[in-house]
Amino acid sequence: MPLLEIKNLSCSIKGKEILKGINLSVNRGEIHAIMGPNGNGKSTLASVIAGKDTFDVTSGEIIYEGKNLLDLSIEERASEGIFLGFQYPVEIPGVTISNFMKTAINEQRKYKGLDPMNAIEFFKLMEKKKEIVQMDSSLANRFVNEGFSGGEKKKNEIFQMAMLNPTLSILDETDSGLDIDALRIVAQGVNALHTKENSTILITHYQRLLDYIVPDFVHVLSEGRIIKTGTKELALELEEKGYHWLNEK
Amino acid sequence: MKNKDITICTLEEAKKNFKSILENKKIEISDKENTKGVFIYLSSNKDYASPIQICDNSEENFQEENYRCVVIVGENSRLKIIHAEENQKQNISLENNIEVFLEDNSSLEYYKVENIFSDTMLKSNANFNLGNNTQLKTFWLSINGKAIRNKLNVEFNGEYSSAQLNGLYLGDNQQTIDNQISVFHNKPHCTSNQLYKGILDDSAKALFQGHIYVEEGASFCEAMQKNKNILLSDKASVNTQPFLEIYNDEVKCSHGATIGQLDENAMFYMQSRGITKRSARMLLLFAFCTEVLSSSSIEELNQKLEDIIKRRLHGDISDCQNCILLCNTPCLTFNIDKSKIENNQ
Repeated sequence: MPLLEIKNLSCSIKGKEILKGINLSVNRGEIHAIMGPNGNGKSTLASVIAGKDTFDVTSGEIIYEGKNLLDLSIEERASEGIFLGFQYPVEIPGVTISNFMKTAINEQRKYKGLDPMNAIEFFKLMEKKKEIVQMDSSLANRFVNEGFSGGEKKKNEIFQMAMLNPTLSILDETDSGLDIDALRIVAQGVNALHTKENSTILITHYQRLLDYIVPDFVHVLSEGRIIKTGTKELALELEEKGYHWLNEK
Repeated sequence: MKNKDITICTLEEAKKNFKSILENKKIEISDKENTKGVFIYLSSNKDYASPIQICDNSEENFQEENYRCVVIVGENSRLKIIHAEENQKQNISLENNIEVFLEDNSSLEYYKVENIFSDTMLKSNANFNLGNNTQLKTFWLSINGKAIRNKLNVEFNGEYSSAQLNGLYLGDNQQTIDNQISVFHNKPHCTSNQLYKGILDDSAKALFQGHIYVEEGASFCEAMQKNKNILLSDKASVNTQPFLEIYNDEVKCSHGATIGQLDENAMFYMQSRGITKRSARMLLLFAFCTEVLSSSSIEELNQKLEDIIKRRLHGDISDCQNCILLCNTPCLTFNIDKSKIENNQ
């Protein structure tokens, strides 16, 4: 059974159809890249999997670990192991990263019927996970994303992913706004967290990221549909020819 | 009570023993109010580290109650006051007046907590008179009560002084909370900064009036004002009225007001990490409050204020409980008619 199976998923926002019958199957241990021009539904797909309720799912289903994901709330999906790396991480003034992560971890533990993590354990975990993305050690006491540079925000997303240890990570344009050094750090972080048991969906419109994180499959999402699926070579082809040639067929 | 540093007594005693000081400050004490109130005098060159606590928890039963506090901080002295309005009686009308004089080079931190029964009304009037090179820091927390009206006046009567005026009001049900603030820049080189925030739920109403007055001769002053609000229901409302009266060109003044809802993007972000809607809401609301809490130099008070705000946001304090700020056993207890003064040392 695949970890995630999306069947004929359509959704709209304010009556405008954005996704028009998406089919996607992701097995454990796989890395999938979803590419495609801007404004064609890539981020919408990520948000719908995570549970954002500004979209109306008009048809289809999302099955994750055998459960109907559309029945679960945003936070339940997160506790079930789904992580969304945001294209534009949200600034939350007044909430420190450590408080944010401690609350998240303990609420997920509560969902699973586990006791809260104690302060020392939590501190050790933070110290360990910060290294994965070479985060500044003063980070813990800073407010979530407030005043962060583009690179810091994206590193912070991967740091949170490392802390929460998800089964399925959807990384939405994690490469946007990164210089080459930050991109390398972020990509190394994603690779370090990848195992045979978890899966990653990378959403990007540049091939650049895929030089660092090698996908098993590449899908092209255009006008609300997946119009082509291939292996990493497809990404190179897209880089060379653009998306235009696919639509012409 | 009198020790070599500080005097705390009734207004009647003050009238007898501090006649020249009262006359000098033009403070009049009529016979009627002799016993209803307290006089606090910190003499010059004293850094009084422990906060003085004024707490009205009288047990007599009146329909109306009022008292008056007069505070004088002498030259080069520093004082901290915690004023807790946590009257235990229901369905009454309370009024308190505080007059504060900061002599040259002195400083005062003043914290006011208003946590009264939900059918009780409160009028609170405060006047701060600032000399040269003084520093004033106030924090007003209004959390429970049927109708609360706070009037705060700050007069800069000397140069190079500063005032940081922070406030937080949390209202629900049918509560009304008014804050009327006036800052008078009568002398040059002074700085004032108003930062008031509010969260209103149900049918609660709030009013914020921020008046900044800059006298013709008050050059090089800086006056800032900010009022930010979160409305959690369609029926809650806030009326925010900045009023700047400036008769001098060489000044820096600003004002701003916001009224909004909880940030939906931040809610989604937090929930996507597994934080429940309720917890995410609490985190955001508390985070909104922290800006005004700023750094009180009384560490213990910071924690208690955080605690009381969190409990209020959780709905745990629906009515006034035992005076939360007094949960540590005070070392000294005074009884001056209806006001009880605690001095934690």
